Amino acid sequence: MKKQVTININGEDYTSEIEPRTLLVHFIRENATLTGTHIGCDTSSCGACTILIDGKSAKSCTILAIQAAGKKITTVEGLATAEGPHPLQEGFKENHGLHCGFCTPGMMLRAKELLEKNPNPTEEEIRWGISGNLCRCTGYNNIVKAIQYAGAKMRGEELPSTEPVFVE
Amino acid sequence: MGHSMKRKEDDRFVHGKGKYVDDVKLPGMLYMDIVRSPYAYAKIKNIDASEALKIPGVLAVVTGKDLEQYNLHWMPTLMSDTQMVLPTDTVMYQAQEVAAIIATEKYIARDAREAVRVEYEVMKPVVDPYKALDEDAPVLRTDKEDKKDNHIWHWEVGQKEETEKVFNEAEVVVKEQMHIPRIHVSSIETCGCVADYNKIDNHLTMYMTTQAPHAIRTVIALVAGHVGLTEEKVRVISPDIGGGFGGKVPVYPGYVIAIAASFLIGKPVKWIEDRSENLQADSFARDYHITAEMAGTKDGKILATRMKVLADHGYTDAAANPSKFPTGMFSIGTGSYDYPTAFMEADAVYTNKPPGGVAYRCSFRVTEAVHAIERITDRFALEIDKDPAQVRFDNFIKKDQFPYHSPTGWEYDSGDYHAGLELAMKSVEYDKLREEQAEKRKKGELMGIGISTFTEIVGAGPSKDFDILGIKMFDSAEIRVHPTGKAIARFGTKSQGQGHETTYAQIIAEELGIPAKDIQVEEGDTDTAPYGLGTYASRSTPTAGAAAAIAARKLRDKARKLAAYLLEVSEDDLEWEPGKFSVKGAPEKSKTIQELVFAAYTNHPQGMEAGFEATHYYDPPNLTFPSGAYICVVDLDPDTFEIKVRRFVAIDDAGNIINPMVAQGQVHGGLTQGLAPAMYEELIYDEDGNILNGTLMDYLVPTAVESPSWETGHTVTPSPHHPIGAKGIGESPTVGAPPAIANAIVDALKPYGITHLDIPITPYKIFKALKDKGVLDKPIAE
Repeated sequence: MKKQVTININGEDYTSEIEPRTLLVHFIRENATLTGTHIGCDTSSCGACTILIDGKSAKSCTILAIQAAGKKITTVEGLATAEGPHPLQEGFKENHGLHCGFCTPGMMLRAKELLEKNPNPTEEEIRWGISGNLCRCTGYNNIVKAIQYAGAKMRGEELPSTEPVFVE
Repeated sequence: MGHSMKRKEDDRFVHGKGKYVDDVKLPGMLYMDIVRSPYAYAKIKNIDASEALKIPGVLAVVTGKDLEQYNLHWMPTLMSDTQMVLPTDTVMYQAQEVAAIIATEKYIARDAREAVRVEYEVMKPVVDPYKALDEDAPVLRTDKEDKKDNHIWHWEVGQKEETEKVFNEAEVVVKEQMHIPRIHVSSIETCGCVADYNKIDNHLTMYMTTQAPHAIRTVIALVAGHVGLTEEKVRVISPDIGGGFGGKVPVYPGYVIAIAASFLIGKPVKWIEDRSENLQADSFARDYHITAEMAGTKDGKILATRMKVLADHGYTDAAANPSKFPTGMFSIGTGSYDYPTAFMEADAVYTNKPPGGVAYRCSFRVTEAVHAIERITDRFALEIDKDPAQVRFDNFIKKDQFPYHSPTGWEYDSGDYHAGLELAMKSVEYDKLREEQAEKRKKGELMGIGISTFTEIVGAGPSKDFDILGIKMFDSAEIRVHPTGKAIARFGTKSQGQGHETTYAQIIAEELGIPAKDIQVEEGDTDTAPYGLGTYASRSTPTAGAAAAIAARKLRDKARKLAAYLLEVSEDDLEWEPGKFSVKGAPEKSKTIQELVFAAYTNHPQGMEAGFEATHYYDPPNLTFPSGAYICVVDLDPDTFEIKVRRFVAIDDAGNIINPMVAQGQVHGGLTQGLAPAMYEELIYDEDGNILNGTLMDYLVPTAVESPSWETGHTVTPSPHHPIGAKGIGESPTVGAPPAIANAIVDALKPYGITHLDIPITPYKIFKALKDKGVLDKPIAE
């Protein structure tokens, strides 16, 4: 039996008749047609589906859509504002923090919560902070750099260099 | 060239606007799910789909018997073996496709999957590849007439008798048995497709996760031409791909079933595998059992190597190798060292495991070869009690020996191995580390330093030797410059994150003087792109990158003719600087490339063809031979044997670099994919052929915590035969890192007398090795 739910995603209400077993990630991708949120596994291991629920990061493959009824969801499509890209979006691009882009939305949303709770994290704190999100392409060096860059920008500090550093 | 331009493709990705195959949604689209075998080897007695078909929304349950009517139940593999699309009577590995559900919704298809009842008669599988060759082993491929055993092929290269003679007479001989385990690429996006067959036009559009769209189109036409899907009626679109690493080269049964279902039903059919299916059934990598031997002198000169391989291919040889190379480029395994004699042989066997082979960022089996040579070189150094760095310096092919002819038949194009290792040692402060290690050993602390100085072989390949299913391994570029001086360039390759939209634009910009930002790069649509063999084995820059440079040079030649006409001088009186032609001695008389392009459409001389377009199909004269010098430093917990990678310095030489930022990113990612098999990843099967770690819960893909902060650098030795002096880079780190890590861990355990450990090296494996050796409680500080 289908149930009607309304979920606010990126400030907009989406109402659909859904089966109660519908996963939130499927609601986001299929009902709200916001395909920036990705699916990379079936065991809540990869984090590609990470979104924010009332500001807290969560893996949307592990939550039923009806559990999110009445909550405020943020997806990658809701990161940028009228002023421009979010500092994380800028940070990932400027620091080559992505290759294929598949893990990137989840990674950025996880980092958003991380930086809001801990505005100036150490490298180790960043690495542990994103350890629920897998990236197969980048080797993580530049994701760390991207999050550090975004942190500096959000703190209003001078931005670190985005040039690649090589050993000599 | 040489500029770390920010990537043009990134804006869409960071805004969630990438378009991956699962984002494709077509009107009336149906969903496919697949029933898979719980057994590794079983007869199918009956498939009862009646309950599944009662579920509203279930349209069909497709079995092998259904496909058999159209002769689509078997398909050829890239190595000219055969693979089931769906079985008619026997399943050959756990998680093999047994039947496919077609339904109106994804969830309904999954419900129906659970409702299909399959009756099996379970048989005892062959899991151990050595036992597969036993005389009393059951013959697995009973579908092949006259097949009397599980042996697939024998391969050998080098000088068998001479090598034996050198080994018999050598002062020092070392030998190790190694297993390079079965692993999985596990790109974060799994595989999938939307097959959209239009009955009215008799036309198939296939959206799919493929690294080689043109080859797929040809394969579809070859397999399904007899039912009307001839090649002009097939369009393959490879949209954004969420990581490939080789896992998206093969043709999987799911793709074929989706095509068949769309063809029969006349509606688009989407199939997206889930992660567990991906790990359990899709193309594995490695699984080479190698006996590696080295002969040398007491003072450290390598004289010969010998390698014997047993390759576990699963139930069919579905490796994505060039046709003439059943072991891929394994014969690069004589490494970066100068000695005249080597012999290698390999035998491949069938077992009850999934098919595959090669996929995992490995340049066609170079990873296995490099692991063997770099490990056995360290073993040799240990035997003669010489520093492994010194042994390498004493045996490197010298800079002035290039082009170098290897004992297994390759012509290495260029390299400076001494410079690479010197830079790596300097930056890691090698001598200080050895001093620290000596001090630590006195205190009973376990620290290890590992080196890997490898030679890669990429850019397949020259058409005289390289083909896949007969199609030569050239690649292509087509550049069209519009009247206003902006361009679109299309390629036969397909990026899966490598950044082609940026780096190809940079190559054309360098050659043609049109800014890279004005050049739109497009790949992955067989209706628009020129034919090419795709992106894998680090071949894109060596082949399609070369094609881009040459196509741009053709356009520059045309621009010169236009400039001569417009400036009323002879072509010889013109000089080129990026972006314009000017008259020699009168630099004020010049025409920019944009002005010349405009003239090609508005004011071209009589007799000249209008427009400004060029295409080039590049057939490389040789492969390119990137190299690297990697040093890894590890600390081992003396009680738990937890392994901490303290430092990892990677010096790569990939010739001229197009975009240092992108090249470095490739190295970072490749290093983590080298760390993974060295310490974490292995697909494990029990004796009944059950996979024991078929999900991401227990197949350990490294996170940011396991992955160290990589330190990278480069030396530059241009390829002499590549138009822009470039080589490939994407797989060097995956190839070079595992032996550096393994060598470091084995070095840390030197006081215990350990000479070798198979990857992945885990704390438990160390514990067990020490226990088996009876040295677990032996204090090392003696």
